[in-house]
Amino acid sequence: MSQYILRRLMIAIPSLLGISVVLFVVLALAPGDPFSELATNPNVPPEVQAALRTKFGLDDPIYLRYLHWLAAMVQGDWGFSFVSRINVDTLILQRLPTTLYVIGSAQLLALLIAIPVGVYAATRPYSLFDQLANTFAFIGFSLPTFFTGILFILVFSVKLDWLPFVYTDVPGSGIPWLLEMIRQAIMPVMVLGLFQAASMTRFVRSAMLDVIRLDYVTTARAKGLGQAKVIVKHVMRNAMIPVVTLIALQMPAVFGGAIVTEQIFRIPGIGSLLISSILANDTPVVMAVTFVFACLVVLFNLIADVLYGWLDPRISFR
Amino acid sequence: MFDNNLRGMIDDVRDGRMDRRAFVKRMIAVGLTAPLANQILAIGGVAMAQSPNPYKPTKRGGGGPLKLLWWQGPTLLNPHFATGTKDQDGSRIFYEPLASWDVDGHLNPILAAEIPSIQNGGLAADAKSVVWKLKPGVKWHDGKPFSADDVVFTWEYASDPATAAVSSATYAGMTVEKVDDLTVRIKFKDPTPFWANAFVGAYGCIIPKHLFAEFKGGKSREASTNLKPVGTGPYKFIEFKPGDLIRGEINQDYHMANRPYFDTIEMKGGGDAVSAARAVIQTGEYDFAWNIQVEDEVLLRLEKGGKGKTLYAVGGDIEFIAINFTDPNTEVDGERSSMKTKHPILSDQRVRQALALLVDRESIKKVIYGRAGRATANYLNGPEEFVSKNTKWEFSVEKASALLEQAGWKAGSDGIREKDGKKLKLLYQTSINGPRQKTQAIVKQACQKAGIDVELKSVVASVFFSSDVANPDTYSHFYADIEMFQIPMTQPDPALHMRRYHSRNVATKENKWQGPNFPRWVNKDYDAAVDAADTETDPIKRADLYIKCNDLMWQDTVMIPVMHRLAVEACSNTVRPALSGWANQTDNLQDWYRET
Repeated sequence: MSQYILRRLMIAIPSLLGISVVLFVVLALAPGDPFSELATNPNVPPEVQAALRTKFGLDDPIYLRYLHWLAAMVQGDWGFSFVSRINVDTLILQRLPTTLYVIGSAQLLALLIAIPVGVYAATRPYSLFDQLANTFAFIGFSLPTFFTGILFILVFSVKLDWLPFVYTDVPGSGIPWLLEMIRQAIMPVMVLGLFQAASMTRFVRSAMLDVIRLDYVTTARAKGLGQAKVIVKHVMRNAMIPVVTLIALQMPAVFGGAIVTEQIFRIPGIGSLLISSILANDTPVVMAVTFVFACLVVLFNLIADVLYGWLDPRISFR
Repeated sequence: MFDNNLRGMIDDVRDGRMDRRAFVKRMIAVGLTAPLANQILAIGGVAMAQSPNPYKPTKRGGGGPLKLLWWQGPTLLNPHFATGTKDQDGSRIFYEPLASWDVDGHLNPILAAEIPSIQNGGLAADAKSVVWKLKPGVKWHDGKPFSADDVVFTWEYASDPATAAVSSATYAGMTVEKVDDLTVRIKFKDPTPFWANAFVGAYGCIIPKHLFAEFKGGKSREASTNLKPVGTGPYKFIEFKPGDLIRGEINQDYHMANRPYFDTIEMKGGGDAVSAARAVIQTGEYDFAWNIQVEDEVLLRLEKGGKGKTLYAVGGDIEFIAINFTDPNTEVDGERSSMKTKHPILSDQRVRQALALLVDRESIKKVIYGRAGRATANYLNGPEEFVSKNTKWEFSVEKASALLEQAGWKAGSDGIREKDGKKLKLLYQTSINGPRQKTQAIVKQACQKAGIDVELKSVVASVFFSSDVANPDTYSHFYADIEMFQIPMTQPDPALHMRRYHSRNVATKENKWQGPNFPRWVNKDYDAAVDAADTETDPIKRADLYIKCNDLMWQDTVMIPVMHRLAVEACSNTVRPALSGWANQTDNLQDWYRET
């Protein structure tokens, strides 16, 4: 198995290289320049702008810039942000804990809702519970997060005045700090978690329904096994294979999809870093963040593959 | 006659024959405002009166936290690298200049012991040198003493081309020398009437020599102090996350008595202007939000029964429509809008005037800007003494039509005017921005009534305002017939603002479109007036020269001023900020307090 993982990782290298070329070319061809704010400022002489462009290598040809980037990247140097003039890895590491906390909690919430609800609904198809679950799931994933986000803000912050809607790093420690950190994360986690839960519930339900009708399940029941045991041990384990794929492949997309939520609640995560860097034409940061997303896709694919084998031993590693 | 009287009176005040208040009263009597009268005195060489400071707290600290919301978060904390006001605002919490512009546009000493004037010997009569006396006993946040060495170093740092500081223009063309530990002398090459540029305001922040000395020139990016500022300001640095958060705490050693009031400060970034306004005005989660360029009706709605309000600061920012004097559709030597061409339609003065008559500023103000804008006919809108009274805007489709008729543009069968078989068609470009697209629509409608076919174009702001040489859609390439945007006036002196349209600054392929004269307008009288004003030491003559510049632009209809824009800020009902249209919002942070 470790050989399998190693082989897969080796294969990943050329694909990541290809991805990086595409990303770099697209970014280099995209219009805009990081010093646009200086352009209308009469205090800043054109020479300074030109000097900055030369200094940051913006006037070099694309292939040269790419080679520079690649050489630095191989040595673990991610480059530095034109706008902040600090290293990109510092910038990303600063944002990562928040992203993991908020996105992680939202994903956890989604799983905690989707799996029990989906499984229960599948065991009683077309029951009142199933109908309700389906209805909510449909509403859930047809409402975009920017809409529910603003709705939550209007209800819980403006009308009821219960929750803050600006997510910020609260100073301090101990229980009150923890409570405050939880309090301000409630709305974004709910918005994101419910959105995810909605589509996942539908998926879990249909995966369960596919398996629940198979002969071996009937056999298990005929042997006199209890309903709970049949569902958990026999049905769920097999039904989880497509669900794992979905969740694993969705992870990178979630980082991206959280951009909107991060923007609404001002969460200092990777998504908001990406969007502000795009707006500021801060190419090294955009490049690094999108490249991280690409790596995540590759990585989570691998994780999904490994999980398949664990869930269904018939899938072997060769 | 008025000039001579005025000059005599200024001399009287200067020599003590008339007192300041009497002068101001007389000025008011002839219809001027008090701040204007003070400005006249100031530029007339009479030491500036500092506005009475309404600061009330009687002890330092005890004010709890101050929470600021900047919808574009600061991305770096070195004032000499600041790429936008957001970065200047962020660094200004920790760093300080020698003086800053206060609410009324007067100089207010910060690290200086006094404002240089002719009386105190600070200003040379030939306007070729300034002596600044520094406040004694000021300490950097790390406890080291602040001295003249730091001021001299800041000049060396910023003026070194290898540092690539954005403030470099401010420090070029002068030498700064240490007289003693608490005195520096600035020497200018030429007479410099606007001497209060270096070491004043956003680009004037002094940085500590002992921390930056190694990082002058090419190594400027490597200084860890770029991210962890050590300044002299009212708040000490705690934490910085670029684009997201700045946190600071009270500086107990601050050099002004009873200041600052707040114990901690937080500047949070990100999000958008509307929700920033909401967090301050409606929910009161934050105390102050910056630059709320939101439609007025939205603000009025938020303000109803809210916990905050909007504040307006008057500066000199101008939204205008510029006219292309060259032909954007003909290529000469591989260059469009070349100086070798003339615009086929707009080189006719009557057509330009007709266009000016078709901009309905009243409606634009009513529908779009509300309290945040003032309809204007001037390119130069402040300070008061530089504002022309000779111009007057008007909206009239009839007059515009008559002018076009005169110019030979006859109505065609489809309602669009034509001349020699050519349709009267103009391309009107601007950046993508709600209010700008609405303004475009209003102007287009009026133009249609007068028989001008206007094609609208909007370009993403990051492209439109970029200095990218290869991109034809930037405002400085100006490959359209007319274009609209805002030019901020960054200091209360028109020199930089007016120098842009000097003919040597025409944007061409040769200077990679870096020249700021994008209408490509050439006028000898204008050039002469700008050049003269640069070295004119008589304040009244100088103000006259800039008024003349403004009027020349108006007569030639180089650009159609649309709106004099004010800075809009959202503020909690209890916080008392000290804002100035001529300064950054955080420039007078030491004077902010909360009314309890």
